[in-house]
Amino acid sequence: MKYLPLVLANLGRHKKRTVLTIASVALALFLFASLQTVVTTIAAAANFGSARRLVSTNATGIVFTLPIAYANRLQAQRGVEAVTWANWFGGRYGDGKHFFATFAIEPKSYLEMYPEMVMPEDQKQAFIRERTGALVGRHLMETLGWKLGQNVTMQGTIFPGDWTFTIRAVYVPTSAQIGEDVLMFHHEYMEERLGRPGQAGWYIARIDHTDRAAPIAKAIDDQFRNSSYPTKTGTEQAFNASFATMWGNVSLLMGTIGLAVVFAILLVTANAMMMSARERTREVAVLKTIGFRDTTLFGIVMLEAGVIALTGALIGLGGAKVLYRATHFNGGGFLPGFDVTGSTLAVGSAVALVLMIASGVVPAIRAARLPVISALRQVE
Amino acid sequence: MALVEIRDVHKSFQRDTQRIDVFNGITLDVEEGSFLALMGPSGSGKSTLLNLIAGLDKPNSGTITVAGADVSEMTPGELAPWRARHIGFVFQQFNLLPVLTAYQNVELPLLLTRLSKKERDQRVRLALGVVGLDDRLDHYPRQLSGGQEQRVSIARAIVADPTVILLDEPTGQLDAKSSQEVLGLLRRLNSEFRKTIVIVTHDAHAAERATTVLQLEKGDLIRSSGVPSLRSGDAAATAGMTR
Repeated sequence: MKYLPLVLANLGRHKKRTVLTIASVALALFLFASLQTVVTTIAAAANFGSARRLVSTNATGIVFTLPIAYANRLQAQRGVEAVTWANWFGGRYGDGKHFFATFAIEPKSYLEMYPEMVMPEDQKQAFIRERTGALVGRHLMETLGWKLGQNVTMQGTIFPGDWTFTIRAVYVPTSAQIGEDVLMFHHEYMEERLGRPGQAGWYIARIDHTDRAAPIAKAIDDQFRNSSYPTKTGTEQAFNASFATMWGNVSLLMGTIGLAVVFAILLVTANAMMMSARERTREVAVLKTIGFRDTTLFGIVMLEAGVIALTGALIGLGGAKVLYRATHFNGGGFLPGFDVTGSTLAVGSAVALVLMIASGVVPAIRAARLPVISALRQVE
Repeated sequence: MALVEIRDVHKSFQRDTQRIDVFNGITLDVEEGSFLALMGPSGSGKSTLLNLIAGLDKPNSGTITVAGADVSEMTPGELAPWRARHIGFVFQQFNLLPVLTAYQNVELPLLLTRLSKKERDQRVRLALGVVGLDDRLDHYPRQLSGGQEQRVSIARAIVADPTVILLDEPTGQLDAKSSQEVLGLLRRLNSEFRKTIVIVTHDAHAAERATTVLQLEKGDLIRSSGVPSLRSGDAAATAGMTR
């Protein structure tokens, strides 16, 4: 600790350079944490889902629909306790300025299926009763400044036209993976507006026992195998995971970008450390003349690199943690529960440590090995 | 036994393919409490001799003993703490760390000791008081005159109470008035505090303050005859030399 004033004084020698170097490290670690969090959020979403819920989609692909008439046949399937369905709406709000997840749902059965969505009972009943009612996540309400009972008009992108809903209920999710930036409305209302095509995007079935998920899923798919709309049924977790795989090998991509950023910053930091050490050749020689050991000088230079890396890590990683939590960032509703995890912070800290060692070790060795006489002669 | 004993030291440098012999068997004793001035033209080996005594450089052969320790046999790992304990070094260009205050510069050698912060504080204030700069503790080198900078440098050299103080052209960058101040201070350190001082200088006025003056010419040590007030009467300041 007694060398800390010397370390800080050295870092204060070129304040702008030190600040910019710390800012570079902070930015690199902020980006690293952000990209890593995209990966962990997608992974968490893929892992979310009740083992007692099965999801049936059109076997051809999720963008294709299934007949609404399947609801009764699914309900009749042995082992199925309850069935609900939903449709992706894909609208925009405020002259197309705001985009968030919007679903048409069968309200009563959907809310029974998802007890993770919590709301006052009177609001719930008001939403179920009113055909043009909307159920909105709390954060979306706060973000857009909406009030309960307010009429909101959305512009349909898949289903054209203006769609006006009255907000009747506000939900709070008990799981971070259920986004708070979602608007839901009655599937019946959509059916009516579209001339009753009788289509649902996907079905969700609650089964009686988790052990029976595979045979029930197979039985459902067998039932519709030779129809015009064959199904593909799996657990909700597998369904969510399939969304994750739609992103491609996101982990590899994000990891590669993150490491590339960190590597680029490593070069910047190493260069700054080298410049700083080179400028102090004479001072290092003087310190050796005074009696500073090679190991002490090595430690002082490494400590300087450490202060830069640690400060950058605190700003970058801490900033990412605080910023995303404070702003409830969720990637427009596509990354619900976006939060920098402890493991990401730990990996980020390890990256900062590597950054410190890699950027500091060369100038530190140089300082330790500096021949005093030639260093003094060089500048005198 | 002399405080510094240099015995049959050979030293040469290799410059490209050319070998330059600096010393060919130099022998010198510096007694404890003496004030020795080494004079001579550029390239005569004055600074090299200082560097050898400080353990900053190694002789090709021969021995250099300071306070009973054979410096020429020490490893770099042994030399650093030894230097911290026994050597105070003053450079021509002051070589204060520009990012540290006068106080912090003087404190540097004490960081290598086991002294507490309070003890370090007392020592630093005492050293700066001795050189007459106890009112400049928080000044950075750029806020000091050349003479003041050199006095801070001397305070740094004496703060750990070293066995020998080595000065390489300490007045080379100073005006006449500052030079006199610094030289007066060195004389006081020698006479009042009994510090052993070896100074390398071109300046006859500087050498005048020494108790013994030796001339180095082409690697040979000869007793100077050109310095008028060589204080041969000072018993503590005798330097034996042979070639």
